[in-house]
Amino acid sequence: MTRGLLGSLSTVALIAVGATGAAAQDDGPITIGILNALEGTYAVPGQDGMRGIELALMQHDHKAGGRDIEIVVQSTDTTPDSALRGARKLVEQDGVDFVIGPLSGSEGIAIRDYSKTQPDVTFINGISGAMEMTMVDPSPNLFRFNIDGAQWSKGLGDYVFNEKGYKTVATIGEDYSFIYTQVFGFVTEFCEAGGEVTERFWVPLGTKDFGSIIAALPDEVDAIYLGLGGGDAVNFLNQYQQAGGEANLIGGTIMVDASVLNSQGRAKEALIGVPSSGPQADTWDDPRWTEYVDAYRDAFPEGERFPSPSLFATGYYNATNAALQCLDTVEGDLSDDQVAFRDCLSNLTLESPTGTITLDENRQAIGTNVVTEVVEREDGTLANELVKVVENVNQTLGLSPEAFAELGLPSRENPECKSEY
Amino acid sequence: MVAVDRTSAAERPRGTLDRVPPAYWVVGVLLLVLPAFVSPFILFQIMGWSFVLGLIALSLTFLGGYGGMVSLAQMTFAGLAGYLVAIFGDSAVDTISQGWPWWAVIPLALILTVLFATLVGWLAVRTEGIYTIVITLAIAAAFFYFTRQNYDIFNGFQGFNSVLPPHLFGVDWRGGVAFYYLSLFWAAAGYFLVLYLARAPFGLALQGVRDNPRRMAALGYNVTAHRVAAYALAGLIAGVGGILLTWQSSQISPGTIAIGPAIDILVIAVVGGLRHPIGAFIGALIYVLLKIFAVDVLVALGLSGERFQLLIGLGFLVIVFFSPDGILGLWDKLRASMRRDPLTGRDRSDLP
Repeated sequence: MTRGLLGSLSTVALIAVGATGAAAQDDGPITIGILNALEGTYAVPGQDGMRGIELALMQHDHKAGGRDIEIVVQSTDTTPDSALRGARKLVEQDGVDFVIGPLSGSEGIAIRDYSKTQPDVTFINGISGAMEMTMVDPSPNLFRFNIDGAQWSKGLGDYVFNEKGYKTVATIGEDYSFIYTQVFGFVTEFCEAGGEVTERFWVPLGTKDFGSIIAALPDEVDAIYLGLGGGDAVNFLNQYQQAGGEANLIGGTIMVDASVLNSQGRAKEALIGVPSSGPQADTWDDPRWTEYVDAYRDAFPEGERFPSPSLFATGYYNATNAALQCLDTVEGDLSDDQVAFRDCLSNLTLESPTGTITLDENRQAIGTNVVTEVVEREDGTLANELVKVVENVNQTLGLSPEAFAELGLPSRENPECKSEY
Repeated sequence: MVAVDRTSAAERPRGTLDRVPPAYWVVGVLLLVLPAFVSPFILFQIMGWSFVLGLIALSLTFLGGYGGMVSLAQMTFAGLAGYLVAIFGDSAVDTISQGWPWWAVIPLALILTVLFATLVGWLAVRTEGIYTIVITLAIAAAFFYFTRQNYDIFNGFQGFNSVLPPHLFGVDWRGGVAFYYLSLFWAAAGYFLVLYLARAPFGLALQGVRDNPRRMAALGYNVTAHRVAAYALAGLIAGVGGILLTWQSSQISPGTIAIGPAIDILVIAVVGGLRHPIGAFIGALIYVLLKIFAVDVLVALGLSGERFQLLIGLGFLVIVFFSPDGILGLWDKLRASMRRDPLTGRDRSDLP
């Protein structure tokens, strides 16, 4: 009897739960499912992503196309499993009209595959940066308004070769897809400009002891490219300084991210003057960017936000804004498999805080990338200063689609360092 | 054991079908007709996931409840089976995946998993109590870091994606209803296997080993062999669960088998109750419901959804606080208190 009663009770409970998950009506509010990392390593960036969404909704008065906007949030822990489960819940259980998210690279690939099984729901990427998400087997109902990890490297290789005069570079990176993608973008440009990448070191994500890597670093290179993030970046810098390292450094996008620049201790001082690149710079004087930063600072009290919005806030902000603008355009009409809504998204010219963004035929963003250099502000904090703006960066990094396809996908050894691609 | 007592209490000889308790009929029929009433989400994500996690937790219930050995390596066995299916079968990582047919891949994956489990068991049975937990935790951690750093076989941090079940009999086994029945079938198979073993000579000897290994050794039983065999069998059950888990999320990566998930399996088994195989499935259902709906509960109460992990933890804490035996213990307590006469405090059935 034990089993019987419990079993049937839980079944009844489940049926009751299932019955409440009805889909939204046509004249009622529009429900947006948010997929964001609110647990694990990326919980802090994920929370900043939530601020980006809230800011966009606030600026729109929580309304678009004459209908109220409601959001349902589903947390992931940046593993593809959790992203897939979260997306399933949002779409199949909560019946959301469309999904915004996820945050990290591998999640993005899982969502691309899932979106193909749900053709009547639209997916708009949060800030996942994996190239494969829109490059390989793109999904017709998946849209990405942020440029990918390789695009975030655009301009850097050229800048360090021509302006900084670095001819030979060794790279150190965390051993996973996002960093492969970043190095991919850096290597193609740097080598084409005439530089040489002598060695590539890969360390496992979460490495605490960089002693053996630091000992193995070649002395004769002009600079070292660092593709590390978060705690790994801080650990490396600490140990590198203790070992007396004095080489020139080049930073990947997350190496000079707010979480590293605002870390405790003196390690970050090694970053002053380090060139890097990414979709945004703290000291950008473009009015679209300054307006956005001011709005961000006004919307959230100090202490509950970063000094200026992170990459993650901007990514989710742009995605939400694109969706709201298109909802206005189609006047909240999501009928007919959201055809009008998707049309609008595909052809949208998004005036974002980080420049003008349009989508290519794979629904992947073509946008602006900036080269930055870390500077010390008057109050002693570090910030990314704008050095150079590269506009209209597309996913093939300016190469023809055929030449780009020939390069293959980013991996530990790919692409080779050649003077022409 | 509860199960053993119940059968011995049978009053009169009955036919095979008659001997099936009515509760089994009710639950069995309910589970079979469930797809007619509920959405594919509930079938696939809630029930399917519960069955799969329950199956992996069942392997721990078997080891812990009947063998007295608490192993944290059950998720590792499950993960190994999942990885082997991805490596020998098909996945998006075609440089590593061999693409062999399913009828070769699945048995091979299970055999290798059982071998690995036997090896781990052979190491672990030399220890007792907390040392078993530590050694199996060490194995789980080592395997996790190994898969994350090995690129030639396990594809490192990325793992394998697009690992799909074979299209047998023209059915897409990842569809809601199909996966529900597939996981239900294997969950039921595992459940009845453990139930059967508990009453078979091997299971009885294992329970003897659990209760008094010295006496069993004196009686001529090979204690170590029984324990190692229990590990092998638990490895098989966990392996089946692992393959289903990999198919369900269509991918396997180090995140699937990290320390967190390994401990989750222990939580599931303990929350459900280690005394009967059904405990694993009840625990899994509670775990899945909390995991999926905790955020909504918090938001419905007007609280911030970010703290949902706290609610999950509290839920488990409450269950274990009120009943160290998990949900099964709670039920037994309730039944015992109903049977007790409120006036005399004696068992009602003892009264004339």
